[in-house]
Amino acid sequence: MKKVLVLLLLVVVGYSLYVPLSQIEFGTDRMGSIENPTTVGAYYLSKTPSELSVANVITAIVVNYRGFDTLGEVSVLFLAATGIGSILYRRRKEGEHSETISKPSSQLLQAGAKLIYPAILVLGAYVFIHGHLTPGGGFQGGAIIATGFLLMMMSYKDFHMNHTVLTWVESLAGITFVGVGIGGLIVGTTFLENFMPVGTLNDLFSGGIIPIIYVAVGFKVAAELAGVLDTLLSIKEN
Amino acid sequence: MENIDINQLLSIAVFGAAVGLILIGLYAVLIKKHLIKIVIGLSIIDAGIHLLFIAIGYINNGTSPIFSEKGISLVNEGVKMVDPVPQALVLTAIVIGFGVTAVALSLVIRLYRHHQTARIDQIKTLKW
Repeated sequence: MKKVLVLLLLVVVGYSLYVPLSQIEFGTDRMGSIENPTTVGAYYLSKTPSELSVANVITAIVVNYRGFDTLGEVSVLFLAATGIGSILYRRRKEGEHSETISKPSSQLLQAGAKLIYPAILVLGAYVFIHGHLTPGGGFQGGAIIATGFLLMMMSYKDFHMNHTVLTWVESLAGITFVGVGIGGLIVGTTFLENFMPVGTLNDLFSGGIIPIIYVAVGFKVAAELAGVLDTLLSIKEN
Repeated sequence: MENIDINQLLSIAVFGAAVGLILIGLYAVLIKKHLIKIVIGLSIIDAGIHLLFIAIGYINNGTSPIFSEKGISLVNEGVKMVDPVPQALVLTAIVIGFGVTAVALSLVIRLYRHHQTARIDQIKTLKW
């Protein structure tokens, strides 16, 4: 009975998604020309290389045009990381005997992990430093760095993140983001305004405040994800 | 004429895949009894919505919205770039989806600790 109801609901939802989507032609140009923008996407495409001289338009949108939104997004991530810590917090009882669920990993994994761990960290740093030039950015680079930490946590049982260091990195990165934003308010007129020289397109030092903010976001995301992974992996069963 | 046919096929395939993913995820959320499977269903809904966004922003033969010296001259010659706004929104949505999944999984762990089971039909205090 319940299954029939759910299938009925799925049919209704599917039909109501199908009707508007069938009117959208896949792949047609709805943006207007770049020289004479009519939609917001074409406007961003036309303004980004000249105004901000940032090669990656998506980075320009995420960090500059919608920078305030990204600040909120980073706060949501921070709240998620803190929330997990408080949800999973459990006071140890006196003399409670606990052992980890995870089994010790093999020699092969341990040796391999030691070999590629620095390479993963360098790749992550590369991705977020070049976020304004190539595909990638702070979130992606931070996630890559967190996978490096995850590899180490899974190979070595006694590898643990230092939560004090993580909190410091996270806080400093967040303060950098907000500080750069307030700098725009002081020097210019609006919060997160680009107040630094933008340089030339396709240079590493171009785009004004955009690389600074994205590097800060990279550190923040890496610290948050590593903290989440460490919290989830260090759960003990009694 | 042939071109239009391929375009329609692509349209059905991509939008169909996106809507299909959303429906599969919804089915898992509504039918499955295991909490981990419900969380996986939420992630599948996420993936479907992301695919839908990117598909709506796509332009035929469009390049990725990243400029280079060559790219700018290409744009001047009439080569199009895909819409960057949905891609930026999906970047945000992926991060938020990660946060939702992580908090949901930690709530599942908490429930499991309390009830010694992660199946919602075996948690008696939830009955109404």
